[in-house]
Amino acid sequence: MNEFVLFGVLPYVVMVVFFIVTIQRYRLKAFSYSSLSSQFLENQHHFWGSVPFHYGILVVLFGHVLGFLAPKTILSWNAEPARLMLLEVTGIAFAVLTLVGLANIMIRRCTSALTRRVTTRGDWIVYALLLVQVLTGIGVAVFHGWGSSWFATNLTPWLWSLVKLSPDVSFVAPLPFMVKAHIVNAFLLIGFFPFTRLVHILVVPNPYLWRRTQVVIWNWDRTKIHNHD
Amino acid sequence: MDVRSQISLVFHLDKCIGCHTCSVACKNVWTDREGTDYMWWNNVETKPGTGYPTKWEDQEAYKGGWKTDGKDLELRSTSKRKIVPNIFHNPSQPSLDDYYEPWTYDYSELFNAPEGDDQPVARPISMITGEPLEIEAGPNWDDDLGGSEVYAANDTNLDVLSEEQQQQMKAIERMVMFYLPRICNHCLNPACVASCPSGAMYKRGEDGIVLINQDRCRAWRSCISACPYKKTYYNWSTGKSEKCILCFPRLEAGEAPACFHSCVGRIRYLGNVLYDADLIKEAALCPDDELVEAQRRTILDPNDPTVVEAATRCGIPEAVIDSARKSPAYRFAKEWKLGLPLHVEYRTFPMLFYVPPLLPVMSISEGDLVRSDVDELFAEIEKARAPIGYLGKLFAGGNEGKVRYALRKQLAVRVWRRHVTVGDVGLEAATQALIEADCSPEEADEIYKLTALSTWEDRFVIPPFQREMAMEMITDPHEHRSAAGFGFRDAPRRS
Ligand code: HEM
Ligand code: SF4
Ligand code: SF4
Repeated sequence: MNEFVLFGVLPYVVMVVFFIVTIQRYRLKAFSYSSLSSQFLENQHHFWGSVPFHYGILVVLFGHVLGFLAPKTILSWNAEPARLMLLEVTGIAFAVLTLVGLANIMIRRCTSALTRRVTTRGDWIVYALLLVQVLTGIGVAVFHGWGSSWFATNLTPWLWSLVKLSPDVSFVAPLPFMVKAHIVNAFLLIGFFPFTRLVHILVVPNPYLWRRTQVVIWNWDRTKIHNHD
Repeated sequence: MDVRSQISLVFHLDKCIGCHTCSVACKNVWTDREGTDYMWWNNVETKPGTGYPTKWEDQEAYKGGWKTDGKDLELRSTSKRKIVPNIFHNPSQPSLDDYYEPWTYDYSELFNAPEGDDQPVARPISMITGEPLEIEAGPNWDDDLGGSEVYAANDTNLDVLSEEQQQQMKAIERMVMFYLPRICNHCLNPACVASCPSGAMYKRGEDGIVLINQDRCRAWRSCISACPYKKTYYNWSTGKSEKCILCFPRLEAGEAPACFHSCVGRIRYLGNVLYDADLIKEAALCPDDELVEAQRRTILDPNDPTVVEAATRCGIPEAVIDSARKSPAYRFAKEWKLGLPLHVEYRTFPMLFYVPPLLPVMSISEGDLVRSDVDELFAEIEKARAPIGYLGKLFAGGNEGKVRYALRKQLAVRVWRRHVTVGDVGLEAATQALIEADCSPEEADEIYKLTALSTWEDRFVIPPFQREMAMEMITDPHEHRSAAGFGFRDAPRRS
């Protein structure tokens, strides 16, 4: 029963909150969508936090998404032990990079009086959740190896069962505690997401790469001018 | 021809008295909030000096503006290619240290101090952290050449001068200075807009004012690095960038911007000019010393029938074209060639033009005596105190000829007016001075009038872009009323 609440109900609650709050927040309080950069207040330590953290987490996240969308590809890649090894080591390396970045972010937030001034309780919730997420993630990778394979065989079918609205928790039930903690914390993270600075991930400015260089906005329709005088 | 209208500005540097009234007016209206406390959308620097933020002209460090290989333009900071790996940490973003940590004083210490023999003192505290602060520098600590060794001597523009000239400029007794008031230039080719990944920054089509949409800014901070004038600022509290909005709410109501309105020296002029947006790219590719001319070419003559025809085709209302005809900015920058852009080599094409300061030698010390009746009052401009090379670096992309032209004409106007009003300069000499300066007596009188006698209406020719009029330009109010009633922007429909 417990398992069903955690792996069959919580995900839905979280996703409902996620969609309603992010959308309403965007519609009603677009002003609050910001990466809330603090580089202006502290410019040196910032590099050692933000950069490793983001490079790390983006690669790791990409790995998770790939496992979800293309499990077969992962499995056939992993068929060769050397390639499996390469994937695992890469994953751990980027997870450690994330951890180093996150540690620096947290230390920086404590040590500089200026950054302390702009750090909110919401930020600390984010850091705490991320820290648990990264630590359990590394724990899983170290103690319950070959995750890239069993993610594809166990978690992907479970996630798809959620998507298809017929949750089948039997895929997750036999997994070790650390893995379960990693999953539950992930959903907590998604649940808190819309209330925190993490919304900046949703407004990554990719159109910049193909838009025209200059932006001009007209107050009137240039073709529809009447000259009254 | 893609004709557009642009609010353009002129600052007459010979008239600035460095009183900072403009800065304070702006501060009181726009930047007295938390997060904007360190911002000076309008600031007045002493030149030579390092300015605000410190050494902002050093683009090797700040990476502002555009660079070109003659074929294409690229932002020096984060181009489209470079933003991707650098979005998490902007390598060329200035930080608080480059400006200053804003402070106030703990006044309660004055009231709560125990009785004693000493005067109580209010300690400075940071406006950000509230902690006591050791003040090391602030904006305008280089005012009137204060701390010359630290500030003036480090002016990045001095390197164009010979060693001897530099020594001259550094020697306290001979030092020359003038004030440089700065606001956002509302550039024709704004680096800030081009750099904004969110597309939150834009130029208003109808008047060229550059703004940041606060709802779309996501604090990627690219504009802060990209603006070579450092005129976009990061609000550390809201996590949004902000900049000079040229008081557009005042302009739309027919009022001059606060800094213009309050200017004690009456150095500021504002009016719209028509320009051809199709020429900007080509102009920006010119070599440094041709840029002043290239920018001038983009500005069009509002009396030229072909321009008027093209402007009308591009939807510029007659009233706006008419206002361009009376624009003081057009006269200074294009007609008289007195107004020059600050650091045009950054290639953003600033639409704030400076009339370079003449800085004549007004007195000479001879032993213990100071003589103020020197002939040098009307001497050759080469003898003026600020080396032409220095002014050329500031106002003409290194093209000293442009500065010389503007100074010579200003000088000729003085000689001419001396002839007219005092009469101790003969007609022949005065006419000769005008001819050498490429100036007619009529033009000289016009320049004199706009410089010395101008009223509010002469200085600020605000095009009629009041919102209610802008509305009339798109829809006939009578049509709108019969279709939509009152109080609606869209037709009231049952939904
Ligand atoms: C391509 C995607 C992303 C972009 C462009 C991006 C960009 C940024 C930027 C510009 C900042 C501000 C850094 C600063 O100057 O202080 C930031 C902060 C942050 N980002 Fe991201 N981010 C992305 C993805 C993510 C992801 C996937 C996560 C985690 C799940 C994340 C978590 C954070 C956190 C926790 C901070 C705060 C860091 C601090 O406190 O200094 N970001 N991000
Ligand atoms: S001065 Fe700077 S902020 Fe203003 S328009 Fe030019 S580039 Fe943009
Ligand atoms: S108010 Fe006018 S005269 Fe005074 S510092 Fe500002 S620009 Fe110069």
